[in-house]
This record gives sequence, structure tokens and C-alpha cells, in this order.
Amino acid sequence: MSIIQLFIVAFSLFAIARTLRQFRRGKLTIAFLLLWILFWVAVGGVVLIPQTTNTLAHIVGVGRGVDAIMYVSIIALFYGLFRMLVRIEEVEREITKLVRRLAIDSIEEKK
Amino acid sequence: MKIVAVIPAYNEEQTIADVLKRTRPFVSEMIVVNDGSRDRTAEIALQNGAVVVSHLVNRGLGAAIGTGFAAAKKLHADALITLDADGQHDPVEIPKFVSAIEKGANVVIGSRMLSRVGMPWYRQIANMLGNVSTLVLFGAWVTDSQSGFRAFSKLAFETIEIKTNGMEVSSELIAEAHANHFPIVEVPIQAIYTDYSLSKGQSFFVGLKTLLKLVLKRITM
Repeated sequence: MSIIQLFIVAFSLFAIARTLRQFRRGKLTIAFLLLWILFWVAVGGVVLIPQTTNTLAHIVGVGRGVDAIMYVSIIALFYGLFRMLVRIEEVEREITKLVRRLAIDSIEEKK
Repeated sequence: MKIVAVIPAYNEEQTIADVLKRTRPFVSEMIVVNDGSRDRTAEIALQNGAVVVSHLVNRGLGAAIGTGFAAAKKLHADALITLDADGQHDPVEIPKFVSAIEKGANVVIGSRMLSRVGMPWYRQIANMLGNVSTLVLFGAWVTDSQSGFRAFSKLAFETIEIKTNGMEVSSELIAEAHANHFPIVEVPIQAIYTDYSLSKGQSFFVGLKTLLKLVLKRITM
């Protein structure tokens, strides 16, 4: 086992432990807990047995396993970025509503 | 008819007094939306007879105009005219807008492109890009989509709901007018460009950001 494998597997275990703790404190739903555990188990699995991604890549028609992971990661990142932009836009609108309400209410006090 | 001027202002202590003095003869009431200015804008506006509504923090042009709409509703305005606080617009032209509203128009846009007097060439190009974007994204064509000199009838400002916060509000207002089937009337206006007012407009990068926000608005709403 190479050092990088060891490191990533250790980190996955650490992440799972943290997620479990968050769940016990009632900060996560069971669905989220399972999703995260599944994700980190998958990460650990791929790191320990890299051939799995090659099989996966062949199924979807991409040359190498690492390439397939890169493609999926980039798509996921872009999607996440878009969701964040939309979310920020929503928050901005909410702030404006609050600020406007305060400004308009002050007219009434003057009259 | 109660005509109310809505003047969004962000750090405009140098020009606001003059703009208000020249606007007063043409309107029943002046609302200055002080958008979180850190200078004496609000104080000076109050001294010059305006109703001042203040945002606690800077929210942008769209947010300020939206607040102006809400304030005009509260003050029972019959028509609303927006103009810039940087002195770019000549209040003497307000009667043109009023007469268009009296003739039944709901949305009146003051167009700098109908006369083009005093408008720098690079501003004209930026403006054309703004117009084309507005047409492609929202299907509405006007000759000056980024104009800040506009008028709205009571029906229009009570119907149109402003959602955007920044400079993209100019295109949004046109898109909303179009979506609500208000015919858009354009009147030619003269823009007074000074180094001061040019520094207050949209730079190239702000323009790009505006475009990005408009695209985002188009695909999420």
C-alpha cells in the first residue's frame, strides 16, 4: 500500500467517524448520514482497489478510470457552483426585502 | 395628478442638492432612496425637501428602485419618475414623461440613443450590447435599455415587482413591462455626461456582471 492510499483511507475513516458523531448529536438526518458513509466508503474502495474505476469507465465508455472520475468531479463541481450562485441570489433578495421593510416602515413613523 | 420623483442615491453628496433643486418645480414630491450612503447624502436630501428612505446597508440600484416603488405606493402617487442622483438627467425634461403618462402610457423610457447628444462612443456600443441582451433574453426591444430616466403609471409601478438588486434592474424593468403587456413609450432625452457621472455608470466589468446576472435571472425564473 502506498503512502497516498494509506493517507486517503485514513482520512475516509476519520470523515466517517466525524459524520457519525454529528449524527449522534442530532445535526444530520439519517439519509444524509447514509449518503456520506456511502460516499467515503466508495472513496476508500476506489483508492484501495483502483481497478474498480476502470471497470466502471469501460461500462460508460471512457478510456481510463481516473478520467471517468475527473469528468464526474468536474460536472459535480459545476453543478454545485450553479446551485450556490442561485442560493446566494435568493439570500440577497431576502436581505433586500428586510432592508426595504425597515426603510418603508420609517416613513410611517415620520408621518 | 400626484407625480413623485424617485431618486436612488449612493454617496451622492456632491450632486444631490442640485438635482433636487432642479427637480422640485416639476413634481409633487421627491423621494430619495438613500442606499446605505456613508456620506451626507441623506442629510442634504432632507434639507432640500425630499422624503428620504434609507437602506441600512448598500443593496444596489435595483433594490433602491424597488424601495422607491414601495415608498411611492405608500405616498399614494399617481405616477412615478426615476432619475439619477449624479446629475446625468435634466429635470426640465420631466414634463415630456408626464405628458406621455397623461396620454395613457404605462411605461416611459427616456432614450439617450434617439438623440445621442453628448454620449461617448464607447457608451453607445455598451448600450447597444445592453439592448441586444435585453432583446435576446426577454424579447423586448428599446433603443436605450440601460436608461435611468423613466416614468411609470400607477398601474405599472403597482404591478411590476422588482426582484433584482443591481444594475440589471434596467433590463428587468423593460422585461417586466413587456411581460405585463404594458406598451413601452420612448421619449428622446439628453444625457449630461461629466467626469463625475461617467465614474458612476457601469464600467466594462460591471457590465459583464450585469449580463451574467440577467442570464441567471432568465434561467431561474
